[in-house]
Amino acid sequence: MTTTDYDRAPRLVDLGSHGSLVGNLEDIWAPKPGLYGWIVSVDHKSIGIRYIVTAFIFLLVGGLEAMVMRFQLARPNERLVTPEQYNELFSLHGITMIFLYALPVLSGFSNYLFPLVLGARDMAFPRLNAFSYWVYLASGIFLYASLLVGAAPNDGWFNYVPYALRAYNPGPNMDFYALGMIFLGISTTVGSVNFVVTFLRMRAPGMTIDRVPILTWGTTTISVGNLLAVPSVSLAFFLLWMDRQFGTHFFRAETGGQPLLWQHLFWMFAHPWVYVVVLPAMGLVSDALPFYCRRPLVGYTAVVVGTITTMVLGFGVWLHHMFATGIPFMALAFFSGASFIITIPSSIAVFSWVATIWTGRPVITTAFLYFAGFISMFVIGGVSGVATAAVAADLQLTDTYFVVAHLHYVLIGINLFAVLGALYVWFPKMTGRMLDESLGKLTFWIVFIGFNVAFFPMHITGLLGMPRRIYTYPDGVGWNAVNMISTIGSVILATGILLYVIVVLKGLRSTERAGDNPWDASSLEWATLSPPPHYNFAVIPYVTSRHPLWESRLPGQGAMFRRDEGLALADGKEALATTAIEAIPDAILKMPEDTAAPFIVTLAMSIGFTGALMHLWWLAGAGALASALGILVWLWPEAELAQRAEEPQ
Amino acid sequence: MLAPWPATPMAYLFGDGDMARSISPLLQGLLAIAILVAAIVSALVIVGAWRQRSALALADTPIDDRPAIAWIGIGVGVSTAVLVGLIVWSTVTMATISRPSQTAAFTIAITAHRWWWEATYRSGDTDQNFSTANEIHIPVGAPVRFTLASADLIHSFWVPALGGKTDVIPGQTNVTWLKADHAGSYRGQCSEYCGAQHAHMAFTIVADPPAAFESWRAAQAKPAAIAQDKGALDGEAVFQQRCSKCHAIRGSRADGDRGPDLTHIMSRARLAAGAIPNNAGWLSAWIADPQHIKPGSLMPKLPLSGRELADVRDYLLTLK
Repeated sequence: MTTTDYDRAPRLVDLGSHGSLVGNLEDIWAPKPGLYGWIVSVDHKSIGIRYIVTAFIFLLVGGLEAMVMRFQLARPNERLVTPEQYNELFSLHGITMIFLYALPVLSGFSNYLFPLVLGARDMAFPRLNAFSYWVYLASGIFLYASLLVGAAPNDGWFNYVPYALRAYNPGPNMDFYALGMIFLGISTTVGSVNFVVTFLRMRAPGMTIDRVPILTWGTTTISVGNLLAVPSVSLAFFLLWMDRQFGTHFFRAETGGQPLLWQHLFWMFAHPWVYVVVLPAMGLVSDALPFYCRRPLVGYTAVVVGTITTMVLGFGVWLHHMFATGIPFMALAFFSGASFIITIPSSIAVFSWVATIWTGRPVITTAFLYFAGFISMFVIGGVSGVATAAVAADLQLTDTYFVVAHLHYVLIGINLFAVLGALYVWFPKMTGRMLDESLGKLTFWIVFIGFNVAFFPMHITGLLGMPRRIYTYPDGVGWNAVNMISTIGSVILATGILLYVIVVLKGLRSTERAGDNPWDASSLEWATLSPPPHYNFAVIPYVTSRHPLWESRLPGQGAMFRRDEGLALADGKEALATTAIEAIPDAILKMPEDTAAPFIVTLAMSIGFTGALMHLWWLAGAGALASALGILVWLWPEAELAQRAEEPQ
Repeated sequence: MLAPWPATPMAYLFGDGDMARSISPLLQGLLAIAILVAAIVSALVIVGAWRQRSALALADTPIDDRPAIAWIGIGVGVSTAVLVGLIVWSTVTMATISRPSQTAAFTIAITAHRWWWEATYRSGDTDQNFSTANEIHIPVGAPVRFTLASADLIHSFWVPALGGKTDVIPGQTNVTWLKADHAGSYRGQCSEYCGAQHAHMAFTIVADPPAAFESWRAAQAKPAAIAQDKGALDGEAVFQQRCSKCHAIRGSRADGDRGPDLTHIMSRARLAAGAIPNNAGWLSAWIADPQHIKPGSLMPKLPLSGRELADVRDYLLTLK
């Protein structure tokens, strides 16, 4: 391998006359067998699917927590759970859905799809990719260990001080949350770096920056957002942990600290996070909806600009979570205005989807139904959000069930509906098998009806003045009927989700083969096999338009794309780096072999965090040292890394 | 009118006090626009999908023959115009509710505790100062200023029929105001999560006609009546021994300040921050086992004998 010539220009070949190439690639990219092979794998497809499966398991667990809450709230003065149990349930439910489901499931799709839609062999940093999954899994287990020892976080996902401080919360509940969030932040950060670099440098030659799928714009935008937002929350949780363990005074009012400092640091992160967990989902819909409308997305550039603008403005609205905290109205006016304005870039996408449906020739598949439902739910969640942007109205609406309704329309509507639809789109690519369409449509209607019966009445519950986060409510204040309806709806929704899981499990055994491009879709991932080979593409394709697989049939696009013709890179595990804007071939990259390093470093870090949690400082130190050693081994320079390649003639 | 129908004391779509009434039209307008927009877009999606449904298949050739960018231009343009209008309306409303239209008659100092509300009325004559809990009287038709302090966690002071929320935050004193237009009881409730018994942290604003308010205030300022019969006297002794570390009864030696002032406890309609009605039966139940009614409450279950319990109850029943 050391004799490989990285200074060469890759050959432009036609697979038809280079049959041996595929065999070579199979050998070079073959995974290691067995459990060990699974642990050491750095294949983005395997990691992406793991992300999706893990996130779905967390979704089911979080849903179970919600069901217990709905039964507790079905009737007034119910005593199914104790107040403390209820408080732990709603806290874990929020933490699970927001942190362990909503972004990870999108990271799963992005991980799986990025290299495939960009025409690359893998992510830019495959080992970092594996690391980000393992840390996500470990921090999820770390957070859930709190439940096993009976000390789950009990202060909501927002975790306001002083209740989160030791004086009021002496158990380890908050330490689990604080350390778990710092741990999880590492996963989010490294994952974000990977998406940004992959987006900028791993695109197929010719895939200029205005030809990439919207999904990659969404995920890259939120990854940049994460790099700016996650430090705020990691810092906040670190300061909280310091206050709790070492008596510092960041948040303790009695000693000159500031309870509101927590809220600022938290929402500076958590409001952008709302966009983080929806923009990639919007990207999935923007890419896949056109497959079923038989036309390209309307207004590609406008949608991309809207995506980026939403994220940027998303950093200027955090105070709208704090309208009632006594901050002077003059300051609130700015954030209120910004909260109204942020609707504008989001509305670009909505009108783009509507125009795509209206001027296309829609084919009503299960995925299309989920996307159509998504648009409606998106708008309902959006306009109810506008109502809370008005300070005066928000002083009534905030912390009532109206906000619970709003946020579930946003998160379930924009995230879950998009994901359920997207799985229908890409399951055939991932597995080579189709999901059942008629069962799928039935499931959609159950999910859609259940969701709306559960959450639409919550708008009314909120307008009737029911505060959030109460474990029970009295009879005679008008909240009985609406709560009962919501509980019934939640049972229907849960039934739909279970049915969906069954349909997916059934799909795994389906004998109906998908073929490479079952939807006659337009983007690069459909130009390779289903499921794709380990090396994704036998030859690195040349891209000359936004819709490579449609260009021969779309007016005015020419027909340059050749599925079987491209650059051959088969002298070892190689990938191609291209320039950031024009996607001109720039370097041949030597991709890392499968390695246990990410897994081992994650284990070492888990030991370190566990030591910190239990005040076993020697253990924390040992974990830190082992992590450092693991990283050293991982990053030990290897001689034959990328050198510059000439653009082929 | 409290609300469009009687049994919804926490509804606020139709406000009653000055602040709530200023907010109501904005709220109604926002909701109307919200419903309209959601209906229009949903209709566009449904009709757009429906009208093309006949005999189409994925095998159909993709098209790109109809320029459609105008959809985005028109949709976003209209949205922007509506949003800018809403910003103006919202800002004007915010300015309106920032202070009452007339000077506040007086100030009530609220201290939020886990999980009850302390209300302190002060006047020029310090002998007339008093503290009560969970039932806050104000005169009808006059704005009243509230200072909001916390004894422990963040809470939020909210009486939906009269006005919006203001958080109660340790280390700072927030200010709000309320004005009731009609005599009556207005239910309020803590609306910022504050731990185990956040659910049972309600209170009542009672708006009295001015004369009734003044007589209530004068009565509250008086010390407690002296216990007369034997049961009540025994009860007072038990109270001194077991309850006075946390509860004050002006006119007796009990001066604890962790729990509510009980000087005129029987003048209040409900107990335990709205959790239960205030009568002899519920009072006994509450003293016997607060943890059953409000699990996690800071009031412990005391090992009182049946006799002691009855005596304490009889004593408290004299505190009118």
